[in-house]
Amino acid sequence: MSAFPTESLLDELKSQLPGVQVELLRNEAPSAQHSWLVASKDAIVVASWLLEEAGFDYCSNVTGVDWPDYLEVVYHLYSVEKRLGPVVLRMRTEDRGEKVHLPSLAPLWRSAEFQEREVFDLFGIIFDGHWDLRRILMWDEFVGHPMRRDYVEPDDYEYEPTAHDEIAEKARKHAASAGGAE
Amino acid sequence: MNSDLLHGVPADTITRREVSYDHEGETLEVSMGPHHPSTHGVFRMDVKLEGERIVRLKPVLGYLHRNHEKLGEKSTYLGSIPYTDRLDYFCSMTNNWAYCIAVEQLAAFEVPERAQYLRVILAELTRLQNHASAVGFLVQDMGASGTPLMYAFRQREKILDLFEALSGSRMMCNYMRFGGCRVDLPAGWLDQLKVLMNGFPAFLDEFEKLLVSNEILMARTQGIGEVSAKIAINAGITGPMLRAAGVNYDLRKVDGYGIYPRFDFKVPLGEHGDVYDRYMVRVLEMRESVKILNQAIAQLPEGPILDPKAKLRGFRPKAGESYGRIEAPKGELGFYLISDGSPNPYRYRIRPPSFVNLTVLEDMCLGANIADAVIILGSVDIVLGEVDR
Amino acid sequence: MLAGGILKGLAVTARNFFESFVSKERLTTVQYPDERLPQIEATRDFPFLVYDGPDAMAGLRCVSCQICEKECPPKCIFIEKSTDRKPDAAGKLQFYPAKFNIDISVCMSCQICVEVCPFDAIKMDVEFELATDDRFGGLLLDKQKLAKSNEYYHRIHPTEANTVDGKLAAARAKVAAAAQPKPQVAAPAVAGSEVKA
Repeated sequence: MSAFPTESLLDELKSQLPGVQVELLRNEAPSAQHSWLVASKDAIVVASWLLEEAGFDYCSNVTGVDWPDYLEVVYHLYSVEKRLGPVVLRMRTEDRGEKVHLPSLAPLWRSAEFQEREVFDLFGIIFDGHWDLRRILMWDEFVGHPMRRDYVEPDDYEYEPTAHDEIAEKARKHAASAGGAE
Repeated sequence: MNSDLLHGVPADTITRREVSYDHEGETLEVSMGPHHPSTHGVFRMDVKLEGERIVRLKPVLGYLHRNHEKLGEKSTYLGSIPYTDRLDYFCSMTNNWAYCIAVEQLAAFEVPERAQYLRVILAELTRLQNHASAVGFLVQDMGASGTPLMYAFRQREKILDLFEALSGSRMMCNYMRFGGCRVDLPAGWLDQLKVLMNGFPAFLDEFEKLLVSNEILMARTQGIGEVSAKIAINAGITGPMLRAAGVNYDLRKVDGYGIYPRFDFKVPLGEHGDVYDRYMVRVLEMRESVKILNQAIAQLPEGPILDPKAKLRGFRPKAGESYGRIEAPKGELGFYLISDGSPNPYRYRIRPPSFVNLTVLEDMCLGANIADAVIILGSVDIVLGEVDR
Repeated sequence: MLAGGILKGLAVTARNFFESFVSKERLTTVQYPDERLPQIEATRDFPFLVYDGPDAMAGLRCVSCQICEKECPPKCIFIEKSTDRKPDAAGKLQFYPAKFNIDISVCMSCQICVEVCPFDAIKMDVEFELATDDRFGGLLLDKQKLAKSNEYYHRIHPTEANTVDGKLAAARAKVAAAAQPKPQVAAPAVAGSEVKA
């Protein structure tokens, strides 16, 4: 199946809504699924246009990505009515510390409700406008965001006897500290 | 866009029911699960009841969370395939296929003809055994004490024997590879499959005779757990649950992945989107799967089963990303991969159908009795391995 | 008629019940462990190391290349390479594993180690009755427990073992043919008068 022509849709969007900050990011893989990088201030406007004018009524997938300088959320949108897609929307936060707020698209596509909660839980992106933003996969009192690349898990494992590389290192440190404590 | 929120949830995404929220002192809060025989896994629902009627229902997930996505970042692309078996553990072949489609889009592998046919045959067998189990479990939850479930399982065992003869394992098949399939059919497998397919319509007839006009089943499922088409599409529901609401969206027809456009089959649609429609859609889909299987067996060509360019070890796709999706028996299963040119994916994301289908669980259950909550959950057909990953 | 659907269902159940006395199709229960189902040939449970010949340690095909250790997804294989070499079943001097441990409480039977092994040294066994009450050592199989003969491999997976034996014999024949001294070739008289074969 051939990839969906997102460039022409983006041109249509820009002609109808001048002034929105949307950039096309090319995807070099053979899947040719190019994405739209949307500034967070224009996200709701762009998303409403896609939902109401272009007929993209089905948000299939919401993903969080942890890049070295910022966090990103990626939406895959399809149109059930017109059998088109995917349109890939991306939004980036300003940094990975305090400024991690992004507008929530869950009031537009209800399928984002649980998936945005998962992105919040595992990455720490705070979605403004989501009515029930709390942890979903980890328990409520959990501290930390496990999918981030700099997440350090607490030392509460039992190590297997065939450990390798970094796990073997951790097992040695654990045995040393536990042996010393006992 | 609606900014009208009813108790925190957008108003026009709730199916209208008679619920009262003002009886604080007279409600009973019950936690259904995680250790519960009817929640299809370790799944918890915090239910607030007024008598027998549900006033609030909050699903609590995460009891089977194994952080598969982070494991995917540490494993190689090949090493993640056995882990995909364990997502929706009933349907390991379709999980493998969805992942292989996502990787094949990243690396432009071409799957040979025989492998395409084998993939379709195994995916439809998976669909058959999944729907048989789903219907069996649904009826079991209604109180049928296991008889229809055991009939379904008796037939399912024959399909699992086929999987074991081909891939070595009944459920954790680890069979598909990037660019084709791992191993070719052993001697006698195709004959065993033909015998099974000849006997399958008789099994489906008997199964239907047992259940379809059963008055208890109809009384307990018709009108329960209705979801309208508009809400279903907006809430991202896919699979038999969406088609029961009347929306003709089956990825085998829409995307036409693999070689599905060559087969002649219909897509059963429901009308009301209630539990009865979902149950009937699954029963009818089993018949369509048998049709596809008969056509695929007749057309199966000889030839190689793996793309000669495909590399087993040391596979490094070029940098890029891809989202590959298939019509798994539970809904749309998608894999989103971001590659940075190294042997491990940079981001490995699974879009689970059961997880997104659970979004409207509260809406469907509000105002219904607690016994109906069990049936509604059964008709959503979740598998916790997929919901929690 | 009232309860017609339920009665139809009861007729199906009754038919199944009475037929189960006469037909094996209907009564599929196997009274394990007194009765067992025949092994399906391709079944896989946990890995084992194949050895050729009578001596387990001397005939091990494994040359300690550690590819299976690297490719194993849950990393349950632990190999320590030897420092000396010993002759393998074909007589060539190879490294061998001084230690080869598989933790079967971690192993998920995915069979990737078998797929990537270039020497057909590790294959899948069919034993699953391995329960033990020794939680820490009982599920850690070492080289002694893992080594099983090629005859055993032929018994559990005959088709596969025959294919592997054929492949290994062909490889050995190719090596033997290449090692034959080449026949003497007469020096060409004049360039141009030689006909290229």
